[in-house]
Amino acid sequence: MESFTKVTGLAAPLLRASIDTDQIIPTRFLARLSEEGLGEGLFAQWRLLPDGTPNPDFILNCEPWSQAQILVAGPNFGCGSSREAAPRALRQRGFRALIAPSFGDIFYNNCFRNGIAPVRLSLQALERLSQLLEQDGQAVAIELTVDLEQNQVKVPTTGENFHFEAPTLLRRMLLEGLDEIELTRKQADAIEVFRNKDRARRGWAYL
Amino acid sequence: MAGPRTFFDKVWDEHVIAAMDDNAYLLQIDRLLLHDVTGSVVMRELSAAGHLADSPKQVFGIIDHLLVTRPQAAKRDGWTPVAAQMISEARHGAQRLGIELIDIEDARMGITHVIAPELGIALPGLTIVCGDSHTCTLGGIGALGWGIGTSEGTHVLATGTLVESRPKTMRVSFEGELGPCLSAKDMILALIGEMSAGMGTGYAVEFAGSAVRALCVESRLTLCNMAVEFSAKYGFIAPDEKVFEYLKGRAYAPQGAQWDAAVMHWQSLATDADAVFDKEMVIDVSKLSPQVTWGTSPHHVTAVSSCVPSPKEAADEPTRALAQRALDYQQLKAGMRLEDVRLDVAYIGTCTNARLSDLRIAADFLRGKKVAPHVTAICVPGSASIKRDAEAQGLDEIFREAGFEWHDPGCGYCGSGRGRLENVRVISTSNRNFENRQGVRTRTHLASPLTVAASAVAGHITDARRFKV
Repeated sequence: MESFTKVTGLAAPLLRASIDTDQIIPTRFLARLSEEGLGEGLFAQWRLLPDGTPNPDFILNCEPWSQAQILVAGPNFGCGSSREAAPRALRQRGFRALIAPSFGDIFYNNCFRNGIAPVRLSLQALERLSQLLEQDGQAVAIELTVDLEQNQVKVPTTGENFHFEAPTLLRRMLLEGLDEIELTRKQADAIEVFRNKDRARRGWAYL
Repeated sequence: MAGPRTFFDKVWDEHVIAAMDDNAYLLQIDRLLLHDVTGSVVMRELSAAGHLADSPKQVFGIIDHLLVTRPQAAKRDGWTPVAAQMISEARHGAQRLGIELIDIEDARMGITHVIAPELGIALPGLTIVCGDSHTCTLGGIGALGWGIGTSEGTHVLATGTLVESRPKTMRVSFEGELGPCLSAKDMILALIGEMSAGMGTGYAVEFAGSAVRALCVESRLTLCNMAVEFSAKYGFIAPDEKVFEYLKGRAYAPQGAQWDAAVMHWQSLATDADAVFDKEMVIDVSKLSPQVTWGTSPHHVTAVSSCVPSPKEAADEPTRALAQRALDYQQLKAGMRLEDVRLDVAYIGTCTNARLSDLRIAADFLRGKKVAPHVTAICVPGSASIKRDAEAQGLDEIFREAGFEWHDPGCGYCGSGRGRLENVRVISTSNRNFENRQGVRTRTHLASPLTVAASAVAGHITDARRFKV
């Protein structure tokens, strides 16, 4: 699994609430025989005009944000469908970290398994970042640092720091790029002991 | 563990194999459901990584998303060439890994979250996961079901286990008696509308109270289906005699002495009287009105008989920005009456509302009525068994006579209108009104089967109670 320790990069603001995974990647991009190319579907409905040309008003089509590595979003980012294509599409188009006051629970878990750090900051911290990233309705190009080792979001230009929490094991898996299946296989003895007891207790649960 | 516990605590605790950190646990997973969109990818990635299925008998493959539902279709295998290839990949994957596949021509086929209870694959107290956020539906029969990603699915297939963070617990008690023309769909929509966006994030939600106990099993599945629209990954109702009666004799339900043991176990799972939840709320359903969504988030919901709210009422700037964008997308204006909104399409189906009782409520209303001439009306039963039962009761005739298309079972036009719903306004019994969800520029309004049927006849959004004076 791809690891993540620290990234400094351009941050793109997408500050609406409840941006769902159908927006991150529409359903029509899910039927495919390879996960390569998912990036083509990223925000497709917003990124592209009906005739298929890039929408010049969409932030990720504007320079320099087409190179953004960090996305700053409103609450409940990634709600809705469980599609792992959503973090995969973000990753394929260069995103390494997402900052929002809250995330859809399934999407949040999926990010850690795709080399993306999802960072939960308070609504107040988000408001501060919003002030930096958008002035008079215009996006401002600034870099942020997301440091998973120190659990901090930093604003290099102002020296501001925002602390965040991440689940212990998922954080370690991402920091070290651990293979989760291998990690679980180390529990083989515990699994066997559990199942022997469980079969005696809940035999009806096993087919 | 000592002390009073909630239903969730009991089910969670008995599935914990090991603690992995301060709040993450390795859980035994009792059932993995693999459907044609996400399950195909799971099987593909498992094999690519060189793993085998750990407990293939606990795993079911189901073809539901990509098949063609249009009546008398010559071929149902996928609505595009790539969809057909993905279905084919699912078939090969299931065969390779020794997984039972419930395929298109199978008499048991249907939407995953509809057939899992119907066949007794889902049972109370089981942990059930699927690469589909609406797996919470299965909470309606007292299972702990939740949606997972592809990587998690591959982990479950390889190990029969999953590492999960333990969520907080919430109880939502619906109290009082539902009025006429109201249903579980109105209850869950009203809850989502009443609470702030994302309130369920990080919670496992138990639905309780007199109005929930009064619901039939199928309506409980509807209620739990939309827990995820409340941003809760898990939603469930502690199982009772109604559920045991519903499950008895189902194909994969335990038999004989195992059945008796199972029922005894299930009876012990109800939340203890003194158990404490991290959050509690009570909703009075006695004054509830039929609900409909106006915007592009399930939280954009209000009474059918009221007006489109103003974005200015939003609590914060991101929520206001979303509401304003939703009005633009939906081509509505704040303050206009929802009943003045003219419709192009009425859609009855999906894992939310395609069960026999849903179809019967709609058909009872439609008997002797006609869909408005400008409305295209479509009904897609949730499973082959539901379709057979509906036809045995003559419901298909009522739908057709009223002007509805009567489809073959499947997920249908919920996640994609397949080109038929582009740039039109749809009233739908589905669960998601996101931008472009049912098709490019499709404007979706979510409602109950009765509200959809009544609105189809009226030609605009309407409160079914207007017909029942």
